[in-house]
Amino acid sequence: MGILRFVAARAALGVLTLIAVSILLYLGTQLLPGDVASALLGQSATPEALAVLRAKLGLNEPAYLRYLHWLWGVVHGNLGNSLTTGTPIASALMPRLGNTLFLAGYAAIIAVPLAVGLGILSAIREGSLMDRLASILSLATISFPEFFVSYILIVVFASELGWLPSLATVYGGMDFWDRVDATTLPAITLTLVVVAHMLRMTRTSTLAVMSAPYVETAFLKGLSRSRVVLSHALPNALGPIINVVAINLAYLVVGVVVVEVVFVYPGVGQLMVDAVTKRDLPVVQACGLVFAIVFIGLNTIADICAALANPRLRSRKRQ
Amino acid sequence: MTIAGRKVPVTAYIGGIIVLLAVIMILFAPWIAPYPQTKIVGGVWDLPNAKDWLGTDSIGRDMLSRLIYGGRTSVSIALIATCLTMIIGVGLGFVAASTNKLVDNVISRIVDVLLAMPILIFGLMVFAVLGTSIPIMIITIAVLESTRVFRLARAVAMNITVMDYVQVARLRGEGIGWVIFREILPNALPPLVAEFGLRFCFTFLFIASLSFLGLGIQPPAADWGSMVHDNAQAISFGGFAPLFPAGAIAVVTIGVNLVVDWLLSIHALPAGAGAEI
Repeated sequence: MGILRFVAARAALGVLTLIAVSILLYLGTQLLPGDVASALLGQSATPEALAVLRAKLGLNEPAYLRYLHWLWGVVHGNLGNSLTTGTPIASALMPRLGNTLFLAGYAAIIAVPLAVGLGILSAIREGSLMDRLASILSLATISFPEFFVSYILIVVFASELGWLPSLATVYGGMDFWDRVDATTLPAITLTLVVVAHMLRMTRTSTLAVMSAPYVETAFLKGLSRSRVVLSHALPNALGPIINVVAINLAYLVVGVVVVEVVFVYPGVGQLMVDAVTKRDLPVVQACGLVFAIVFIGLNTIADICAALANPRLRSRKRQ
Repeated sequence: MTIAGRKVPVTAYIGGIIVLLAVIMILFAPWIAPYPQTKIVGGVWDLPNAKDWLGTDSIGRDMLSRLIYGGRTSVSIALIATCLTMIIGVGLGFVAASTNKLVDNVISRIVDVLLAMPILIFGLMVFAVLGTSIPIMIITIAVLESTRVFRLARAVAMNITVMDYVQVARLRGEGIGWVIFREILPNALPPLVAEFGLRFCFTFLFIASLSFLGLGIQPPAADWGSMVHDNAQAISFGGFAPLFPAGAIAVVTIGVNLVVDWLLSIHALPAGAGAEI
């Protein structure tokens, strides 16, 4: 009962946040000097042409009505039309969303086991050479901009060794393994970007549990360090670790923006950056909304999983 | 050498030296750079040679000179944005912690919504609406990032406002300004200094990414992010011109991070506490 209530409350909070963010995304365009119509037609537009376009775009309605119309459309899969191409946004966005999720998923499959494994290993051997190596590595990857990592990988693996392509060209109907081959370099880049944070947090969560009295008791019983970590500390550190993993997955989906641009990968991030340069607002809004749904969704799942793994967290939140 | 009763680790020295070198390079750019930043001295993407130590860029300008001048733009804009971030975030955080519950709730809920989204996505949204210029970029980053600072400042201030000396100051009839500037600020300073360093790293990388995407600092001002953007094509021709500005960004960030890690260890905060998204 308690669990269900917590999950329901957390999910409701997620939906509320999403609505608040969508309002912000939509009404943000009201900041535009003039309006979309004058931005579209430019300086030389006649007042009549402006009036016609305003009516066509529904700009004469009050902002909250336009927001509700937009939201209604979004819920029914209609994201509106692009200002620059005039075609429906949904049909351009969906294949790209698939591409982005493919890349993020690929990176996650490498990054999550690597980070959690190394994190637990550094916690078991705290202060060892491996632990210090891991902390230096994580400092480096936190400090390196994504494009630096990308270009180093391209120079080494594409230009010098010639093992992998430097551009991630994918198209519809592409063979699965060709697709994997094309996206390997961007996926490794993304992995390096998120692995550090995940590793550090896994290590910290495990070590935090290690200082609990019951773990000391386990040590005093004469158990080996790895046994204590794996069967006594880890079950209690699992909640925070799951949380960190989910939060980093959310970051992964957003971190793709720069990586997609570097590798000219046709994903949502690249679409959004293109739309920003062209100031194609409906497309930017749609991309922003997609990122918001994924990001807030994963964060909500993160909190729920963390609570499921730790009964104490559940009751504390309910108070 | 010991500071605050602790031995200064090697990593902090390395970080300090990097930061010091960067500062010298930025302050004395015109004296250090071998060529003026706009002068064309060679062919397109010449490889490093005796005359141009780091080769030339996409239109034949000396890479080393561009790098030295570009550091000025990158670092100074990141510094301005970070200062603004801290002022807004700390200011609101202290006000939320030291005034009544309603003010705290209103600010905290607004911050919650802004925290629910990555800065990059909100930032792109703002640039799509308002266009890209340096002032817009600085203000946008400052507002969005101040939400991260707000949380820390509020938490720190909350712990201080319950102290006896703050209560005494209030009973004495001191105003909110006194309480914030004379009671809370001096005691909250150590964690905020470390936060400043972390925020600088984040802002610096963020601006570099925006410039790389072609949305940050616009030409003719040279900065490291847009230098990567301009020279990215060199990779396809077997050159490695974009690696120099990208590497410069990485080195400066590592330097500041090392110093911050040391500051954090002095004040016994968990390492990487600020390395959030």
